[in-house]
Amino acid sequence: MLQSVVMTAANAHRAIDAVWRIESPRLIAGLTRIVRDVGVAEDLAQDALVVALEQWPESGVPDNPGAWLMATAKHRAIDRLRRDERLDRKYEELGREALVHQESATDDVGDDLLRLIFISCHPILAPEARVALTLRLISSLTTEEIARAFLVPVPTIAQRIVRAKRTLTEAHVPFEVPGGPELEARLASVLQVIYLVFNEGYSATAGDDLLRAGLCEDALRLGRILAGLAPKEPEVHGLVALMEIQASRSRARVGPSGEIVLLLDQDRGRWDPLLIHRGLAALERAEELGGALGPYALQAAIAACHARSRAAADTDWARIVALYDALAQIAPSPVVALNRCVAVAMAFGPAAGLELVDGLASEPSLKGYHLLPSVRGDLLEKLGRAEEARAEFERAASLTQNARERELLLRRAAACSR
Amino acid sequence: MRFLLYTTGDNAQPSAPPAPPSQQMMDELAKLTEETTRSGVLLATGGLAQAITRVRNSAGKLSVTDGPFTETKELTGGFALIEAKSREEAIEWAKRFRKIVGDGDSIVQEVYGG
Repeated sequence: MLQSVVMTAANAHRAIDAVWRIESPRLIAGLTRIVRDVGVAEDLAQDALVVALEQWPESGVPDNPGAWLMATAKHRAIDRLRRDERLDRKYEELGREALVHQESATDDVGDDLLRLIFISCHPILAPEARVALTLRLISSLTTEEIARAFLVPVPTIAQRIVRAKRTLTEAHVPFEVPGGPELEARLASVLQVIYLVFNEGYSATAGDDLLRAGLCEDALRLGRILAGLAPKEPEVHGLVALMEIQASRSRARVGPSGEIVLLLDQDRGRWDPLLIHRGLAALERAEELGGALGPYALQAAIAACHARSRAAADTDWARIVALYDALAQIAPSPVVALNRCVAVAMAFGPAAGLELVDGLASEPSLKGYHLLPSVRGDLLEKLGRAEEARAEFERAASLTQNARERELLLRRAAACSR
Repeated sequence: MRFLLYTTGDNAQPSAPPAPPSQQMMDELAKLTEETTRSGVLLATGGLAQAITRVRNSAGKLSVTDGPFTETKELTGGFALIEAKSREEAIEWAKRFRKIVGDGDSIVQEVYGG
């Protein structure tokens, strides 16, 4: 009997937690619009959650939990105001709103959320602070969950979030969707945060906490939310396309004992057709909006070339080379150049690829980058220069931080000696 | 985590033919669909036709039978494939759907391999 009561309480908590995760981003966004301070807004939202945790297990979840939480948060604001007798203008304003029972206009909810996303990805914050704050405010992850996912101590993340909120307050960052020429740079920052989260999840290995791999889902969800809020921005769809297509391969990229399986060796039957379909649709949307040449759309287009090929041998490598050419023009980087070498080798033979790779050898930013010797080793192996290939694979293995990758590279080195 | 949400009904005893959904219900459903899309939750959704056919393998012998079937509750109405953080979240979305469409059952099942 007692056990069932305890169980019920635990169930109620989990149900409330689920409602909270759905409602809190919009709640915090709506409150931020009123108080113009993310930190205060989050405190008020947390206050409302505490009341919900007290009342809902008894009374049940209300019919419209979002409106309930908003009303409660506003009342808590008045309580605080009276208790503290602080004539803080923010609370005063909030109190006035609550008194006239002005419901937050539902049409604005989406806009508020978009504004909140722009604030939490604001360039005055360090990239890791943007990531932590976004996961906390928009993805509703707890500080503990973020810390576990990023393999960082909890106090580090807690401090990052506190400092980020303080920085935003001190800088009086306006609660608005940036317009005009600022929009592009600010949007780029938002997209970068989402892609950082995705890549962190994508680099999770078998032994890691499941929360870590879950970052891919969090990023995808963020991307899909953003696509809903800013449907006319082609690069948003480009990023969503890139993530959907990459995520479609997640089952195929790990072998039975946790080893990495390279793209061209993957069993394409294990790729997720639903995510491929969604990714291709998002890419089409980006292209329709005139964004075919955006950096994310181009990367998505490259990923799409693979997704459309039933077998690795069917890959349209000439098209991939052309896409890398375009990418190298608008977003040049040594890593893009290196990837282009691989595509050239696949399209026009390993000798052509090797010649290009050797041209990159002096690139300072690739010094210490394990994929440079790894690619070189691969091309040398294809050219039958086994001894040189082995040395390159070993060098690459000594440079990577990822245990699974090292394993793969050492396996390839050993294969060269046979 | 991926979940399949679907509605079941009893095709064997169709009471009065179901009343066409009211405009209000349609509006609320459209709003919910938009909300789940905007929340990044909804992956795929669809309505289901009433015509139903069963393909059965019984000791290697294949049979094809048209419904309705009296012995089982059937998947009717529609389905939604969603990506949720937890089973509780999936249940919460199913509740929101059920509140709009009224009496009946919605089933929530996790989809593996997603």
